[in-house]
Amino acid sequence: MTGNRGWTPVWREPEPKPSYDIVIVGGGGHGLATAFYLASRYGIKNIAVLEKGWLGSGNIGRNTTIVRSNYLLDGNQAFYELSLKLWEGLEQELNYNVMMSQRGIINLYHSDAQRDAYVRRGNAMRLHGADAELLDAPQLRALCPFLDYENARFPIKGGLLQRRAGTARHDAVAWGFARAADQLGVDIIQNCDVTGFRIDNGTCSGVETSRGTIKAGKVGVAVAGSTSRVMAQAGLRLPIESHVLQAFVSEGLKPVIPGVITFGAGHFYISQSDKGGLVFGGDIDGYNSYAQRGNLPVFEDVCEGGMAIMPMIGRARMLRSWGGIMDMSMDGSPIIDQTPIDHLYLNAGWCYGGFKATPASGLCFAHLLARDAPHEVATKLRLDRFARGAMIDERGAGAQPNLH
Amino acid sequence: MMINHPILGPRDASEFTILGDACLISRPDWTADDAQDSFFDYQYLRDNPAGIHRELWFHEYGDRSWLVITRNTLTHEILDVVLARDLADKTGGQVR
Repeated sequence: MTGNRGWTPVWREPEPKPSYDIVIVGGGGHGLATAFYLASRYGIKNIAVLEKGWLGSGNIGRNTTIVRSNYLLDGNQAFYELSLKLWEGLEQELNYNVMMSQRGIINLYHSDAQRDAYVRRGNAMRLHGADAELLDAPQLRALCPFLDYENARFPIKGGLLQRRAGTARHDAVAWGFARAADQLGVDIIQNCDVTGFRIDNGTCSGVETSRGTIKAGKVGVAVAGSTSRVMAQAGLRLPIESHVLQAFVSEGLKPVIPGVITFGAGHFYISQSDKGGLVFGGDIDGYNSYAQRGNLPVFEDVCEGGMAIMPMIGRARMLRSWGGIMDMSMDGSPIIDQTPIDHLYLNAGWCYGGFKATPASGLCFAHLLARDAPHEVATKLRLDRFARGAMIDERGAGAQPNLH
Repeated sequence: MMINHPILGPRDASEFTILGDACLISRPDWTADDAQDSFFDYQYLRDNPAGIHRELWFHEYGDRSWLVITRNTLTHEILDVVLARDLADKTGGQVR
């Protein structure tokens, strides 16, 4: 209507003040969500979010946009279901279109044993108030006629469907949270690299940054793949390795894939963006990396996974691929907790599942920062669970990040 | 990514699997008084540096040797490859 002219910035670009009640390190989805919920639900207004690059430059703009709550274990499912409920009201709450689309997710099963495992998972989901439906092969065929049901090695027997799951526009989520937080008075400070912490007698009282010293009553760190690097400045060594996860997009196609589909016998998941591109991915590369790009063996493995369940995509041309840096925890589950240093708080270990967690991660981290006690759905996401042997090993893979 | 195997020469990275930080060679003394703490450190905590990283790789689809690879995690450049056995012998099993 206006030729796309007349757009104005949707958040301020303030100079950092000398002091804040709470400083959030990391202007990604989780950091911005934390600031928003602190300001909107916990009544704390004097907040800064420090971002070393620009908003949306990290994993919030590099993920495959999937939102779901189909977890099994107690420590996880209630948390992710709260997140999905927040997603469902997010556009109203932020007054921003994040293109939340509840198009459903189907986890395929390929054997009787896997069907039984999905029955158990579906029951666990429903006990936590989430939705889950088990589809047999004829029901699945009605939704997805294009799958390779008679595949000799991995025949498709059915799937576990969560209809409320779906996708959301990833960078719009960052912009929406940033705009809403900014309107509540949160200072979002970009190009501000944290270079150290002010710690006296085991208490954190601020951060040193590339734009000067900023004092803070409390400091919360939510920096995903950079967690070890940033927290080393506070002298902490963490149960985290940084790994690269690749994602891929094909050329734009007519609508063909109804929701999100995941392969049950390999690691492959796929959805179709509103622009028509097939968006898909698979395993992390498996080696420590801060490079934001991966290697070809995993590329090949992901494409083989895709061909095993839907050979029709074999003629689609690849448009682009990229990598993001995952903060892989040792059991595959996140950490939202205090640290051994007073007034320094940690939000990390999201592995390759941080996007769907964005609203609940922000809400639970805000609760922890405001109340000094964990939110009721995050009581098990503790930093000391490794020492206590209270792992939340959703995948049952053991204590090694590159197996999750 | 190509890995220059000390015995076999350049091999594709897809023949290998990785275990992690090379300090995993140095298993703590289980009879020490602080064994519980040091095994927690050993099992769960990592330096996870952005830059030079020494790590254990296994030539699973090859000669099944364990290698210690020195690699830059910012660029994926491989700077050095030695047999883990040689490094363990040379350092008395104390790799840091």
